[in-house]
Amino acid sequence: MVINSRFFNRSELIGFLALAVLLFLILPLSLDIFRLNLVAKYLTYAFVGIGLVLCWGYGGILSLGQGVFFGLGGYCMAMYLKLEASSVANTKIQSTPGIPDFMDWNQITQLPLFWKPFHSFPVTVLAILLVPAFFALIIGAAMFKRRVGGVYFAIITQAIAAILTILIVGQQGYTGGINGITDLRTLHGWDIRTDHAKFILYFVEVVLLFGCIVAAQFIRLTKLGRILVAMREQEDRVRFSGYSVANFKIFAFCAAAVFAAIGGAMFTLEVGFMSPSFVGIVPSIEMVIYTAVGGRMSIFGAVWGALLVNFAKTSLSESFPQLWLFGLGALFIAVVLAFPNGLSGIWADHVQPRIDRLLASRRSKSAGLVADGAPAE
Amino acid sequence: MFGDYSISDLGAILAMQGFAGLILFSVYVLMALGLAIIFGQMGVINMAHGEFMILGAYVTWMTSNTVQHIAPWLFPGYFFIAMILAFIASGALGMLVEWALIRHLYKRPLDTLLATWGLSLILQQAYRSIFGAREVGVELPEWMMGSWQATDSIQIPINGMFVMALTILITIAVAYVLFWSSWGKQVRAVVQNRVMAGAVGINTEKVDRYTFALGCGIAGVAGSAFTMIGSTGPTAGQLYIVDTFLVVVFGGAASLFGTIASAFSISQTQSTLEFFLSGSMAKVITLLTIVAILMVRPQGLFALKVRK
Repeated sequence: MVINSRFFNRSELIGFLALAVLLFLILPLSLDIFRLNLVAKYLTYAFVGIGLVLCWGYGGILSLGQGVFFGLGGYCMAMYLKLEASSVANTKIQSTPGIPDFMDWNQITQLPLFWKPFHSFPVTVLAILLVPAFFALIIGAAMFKRRVGGVYFAIITQAIAAILTILIVGQQGYTGGINGITDLRTLHGWDIRTDHAKFILYFVEVVLLFGCIVAAQFIRLTKLGRILVAMREQEDRVRFSGYSVANFKIFAFCAAAVFAAIGGAMFTLEVGFMSPSFVGIVPSIEMVIYTAVGGRMSIFGAVWGALLVNFAKTSLSESFPQLWLFGLGALFIAVVLAFPNGLSGIWADHVQPRIDRLLASRRSKSAGLVADGAPAE
Repeated sequence: MFGDYSISDLGAILAMQGFAGLILFSVYVLMALGLAIIFGQMGVINMAHGEFMILGAYVTWMTSNTVQHIAPWLFPGYFFIAMILAFIASGALGMLVEWALIRHLYKRPLDTLLATWGLSLILQQAYRSIFGAREVGVELPEWMMGSWQATDSIQIPINGMFVMALTILITIAVAYVLFWSSWGKQVRAVVQNRVMAGAVGINTEKVDRYTFALGCGIAGVAGSAFTMIGSTGPTAGQLYIVDTFLVVVFGGAASLFGTIASAFSISQTQSTLEFFLSGSMAKVITLLTIVAILMVRPQGLFALKVRK
């Protein structure tokens, strides 16, 4: 793995531009708003994927609990939207107006304390970034300082995803239970359910996504990224060289958590609800799978993986609901057994060299032609 | 909290809750034994372990139906046949999976996780296509229904006691195979130092294959036993998988005794807490405690001391 000192090397620049053209031009122009909203939904997983590339691909820390951070970001956003949707005027048929409907159904008459900060939009945005980061900091510090890693870390993060799901489902009065937080209408007075809003939200999301791509690329290319790779390969040597391995791992894990949380918050905005079914073990593993299919070593690969797998999922499960799970299962096995670096690995190992060779031969041919034709000129 | 109960009531509740905990303990041990072999001994993260259990449950269900139609006189004892068949079916599938999938991934444990997750999706859909999406439950023979009246206020369900007895038997069998048979010694040798074990003439590939098959076979028997307690559907395996992994990790991955001890402590904590709190909160607190303890003792309760 060669790390280029320039911000994007040539093939990465092409990848960046191709993705930008696709997401900013081709998809918005060619898809109707329903499909575009679906793409926006897929892209929320790309945020998680970018984080996973950093912490799993580069740092070697496999987290099976990214659904937790996705969910935390999503729930923070959902709580703000829900409070806005349950103003006193909107909820006057309830026995206690002004609180979310599911609290009313569960005989809770006062807004719980941890809901109160979410009346304010700036606090909500801060919470979307800070709550998951803080959570990841606690988990990361507790685990990496004790040198828990690899398989054990994966299983513990999985358990944390299970815990959070059970908690959300069990505490129905505070969280909306298994249904989640539904019936979200406006963001700061702006109706998010209209086609126009969905169109704008799509672009907001794509811009955020490119922001995250650039940030991740920045982390990857600084010394920090190189230390992450070194740690993955030879953790003890890095430790003996005087680096605090735990702190670097904690940072990578926190960064991945923040990326996932941004994705979660955008998910809530795009889809209009948040529920525990996006928090638990199954979605968390699926997020890892998108990244694995796209390529765990490639930031763009993660985005493509999220797009393609989800697209395949939607189109296949619409027409062949039975075949879909067989296909998905076979895809994972194939990726792990045959292409450990996913689609981007196939691209880098098989497609790119051929293109290069083709270009090189054509260039030498045209150079030869010029040389031949030169005297005649 | 205790005001409404008399002392004898409390004693009875405590005893019954204790027995409920013991039945849960048996369930955990059955689930975790197979995984303790696969994950603890071989280091393979088998996310399809739950699906191997479900296979055992389906085999039991099919046996029960077949026996009812063909040989009703066998019905009281069909369970023993079903368990043997479940062991064979899951073990054979395990052997196939090891050959096709796992053996390529021994050096990449995290990738076994992804690959076996794919396998579990395929198996789930296969169950759904073959057996239908609804949950199936087997009919219990007469002698297993009802409960045993220990005193006036203490009742112990017979199927629960049967599962407990079964757990003890299987645990002893596994311990015997792993610790006293020559094959078990080969397994442990391969686990501790694969290269050296190969050098002294152990066929490590064969040992791996049979170890994996044994773990899967035990999962099948566990699934077979679960049909006596509840019903199972195609996706039920996913519900077990985290609990099972936590039991194994909490006990210390390579230690069979640790698995049993952790299953005991987890099940007793949970069933005691369930009496005071709602079921979901009891589960949350139990899991949180495990995670907290694992952060202090990452190697689990009983870590095997091996020089690496």
